[in-house]
Amino acid sequence: MSGHRMKTVNRLALAPSVLLLVIGMIVPLATTLWLSFRLYNLMNPALDGFAGWSNYAFFLTDPAFLPAIVNTLLMVGGVLAITVVGGILFGLLFDQPMWGRGFTRLLVIAPFFVMPTVSALVWKNMFMHPAYGIFAWISMKLGLPQVEWLSNYPLLSIVIIVSWQWLPFATLIFLTALQSLDNEQQEAARMDGAGPIDRFIYLILPHLGRAIAVVILMETIFILAIFAEIFVTTSGGPGYASTNLPYLIYVQALMQFDVGAASAGAIIAVILANIVAVFAIRLAGKNLTA
Amino acid sequence: MRSLRPILFKAAITCLGWTVAMLMFFPILWTVLTSFKTEVEAIAFPPVFLPAQWTLENYFEVHARSEYFSHFLNSVVISLGSTVIGMVLAIPAAWSMAFQPTSWTRHILMWMLSTKMMPAVGALVPIFLIFKSVGLLDTLPGITLVVLTANLPIMVWMLYTYFKEIPSDILEAARIDGATTVGELVYVLLPMSLPGVASTMLLNIILAWNEAFWTLSLTAVKAAPLTAFIASYSSPQGLFWAKLSAASTLAIAPILIIGWISQKQLVRGLTFGAVK
Repeated sequence: MSGHRMKTVNRLALAPSVLLLVIGMIVPLATTLWLSFRLYNLMNPALDGFAGWSNYAFFLTDPAFLPAIVNTLLMVGGVLAITVVGGILFGLLFDQPMWGRGFTRLLVIAPFFVMPTVSALVWKNMFMHPAYGIFAWISMKLGLPQVEWLSNYPLLSIVIIVSWQWLPFATLIFLTALQSLDNEQQEAARMDGAGPIDRFIYLILPHLGRAIAVVILMETIFILAIFAEIFVTTSGGPGYASTNLPYLIYVQALMQFDVGAASAGAIIAVILANIVAVFAIRLAGKNLTA
Repeated sequence: MRSLRPILFKAAITCLGWTVAMLMFFPILWTVLTSFKTEVEAIAFPPVFLPAQWTLENYFEVHARSEYFSHFLNSVVISLGSTVIGMVLAIPAAWSMAFQPTSWTRHILMWMLSTKMMPAVGALVPIFLIFKSVGLLDTLPGITLVVLTANLPIMVWMLYTYFKEIPSDILEAARIDGATTVGELVYVLLPMSLPGVASTMLLNIILAWNEAFWTLSLTAVKAAPLTAFIASYSSPQGLFWAKLSAASTLAIAPILIIGWISQKQLVRGLTFGAVK
């Protein structure tokens, strides 16, 4: 086949995927950017025209905006702290020889495959319900007062639910990384009298560096975008106590019909995600050349 | 005594491991158990661990009241549809970039990855407005298309890393023997990378089945898959925990099995090949 024909075949092979992503992602994103500078409210079609920065001003001065940013970051920070530390501990645990190890691993990773609406509702009803939930039963057994989890600690409740979903992901990644650890090196360190803590700090932790980076980046991207868990548990409340950026934009667009302001919010969310994505893409790029 | 220590250590680790595993799995186990209880037993306090009388009534009720299986079918159509169409698009793209790289290849791969990093809310408003105006809201083709687009970058990337592991000499040999491009793809590349292709499909089925941003915002009744249907249980019209549990058990069972089968390959897909 001639080089010229090869080139054509190549382009034909690549074009549909690229085209779909351009139409499905880039065009909408550009439209969002355009809409964010327009006056556009679905409830008030007469309103039309260039809005300048007013949508941004509106969104940024919305009393829900600051709580939403803070909540978004607290969710990311909380879930990351729990899943990275927990994931490393779980990874180390399930890397040890034990009876029925394969089976226990299956049990541990299972929560990752549960759809977000199911896990959120199961936790909300059967665990965190203030009167009939398992947590209420545990508090009663311990003689503690009953806790209204979702109204008194909405953010913590969501962090618990999301951590339960993502801890298996972190565990799975760390387990995979631990399995490629050099056993001879470990053995040599042990012979030289290095205790388990020394081996963890000087051998295992550096080896896990890349896996930790991957877990942090991938989880950040997904946790910045948490939506379903809030949608079915607290609806962002009470007040704005558990509203994050995606949920605020959703409410603005599809419940208050303010397309312009929602678009401005979406652009802010994209910028926030991009700060993380830059690092993620660089990491993947390193892997690509290797 | 010397040989006893490792055994004791292993026993201790086993106890700890099983305890942790049971705690992590408990919410799922509890959901499954609750699905076989009566509604009264489901909200009993203190909680009843095992149903006194195992009943399948909830499973029948869930379907009778809400056409459960039409939502189940929607989930099947969306996840299989987006996966099959996605593979048809992604296989040629990954083939082209893995075996005929140009100076653009790297940039295209990076760009595809970056679209996956973009938060979905960034595209929500225009897609909602367009779908509304062309009548694609709450339709299966509409939601399948969006889920497909959202997951295409992962499919291309994952296939790319698998194809990269196949020596290009083999494809060249087939070409010299007179294989057409399509023949080369279908008879040489795909059979050789079958495990990779299969795990890419499985990962995409899992992601599509559990997708809960687009399905919640773009479907309502007709095209609602299980994610959206289950969400309707969040409205507090009484406590139907046994029915919620039955609906949930059926919704997670197929994907849990697929997930367990493909756990090793998932790591690779979810980390864009950075951890193998």
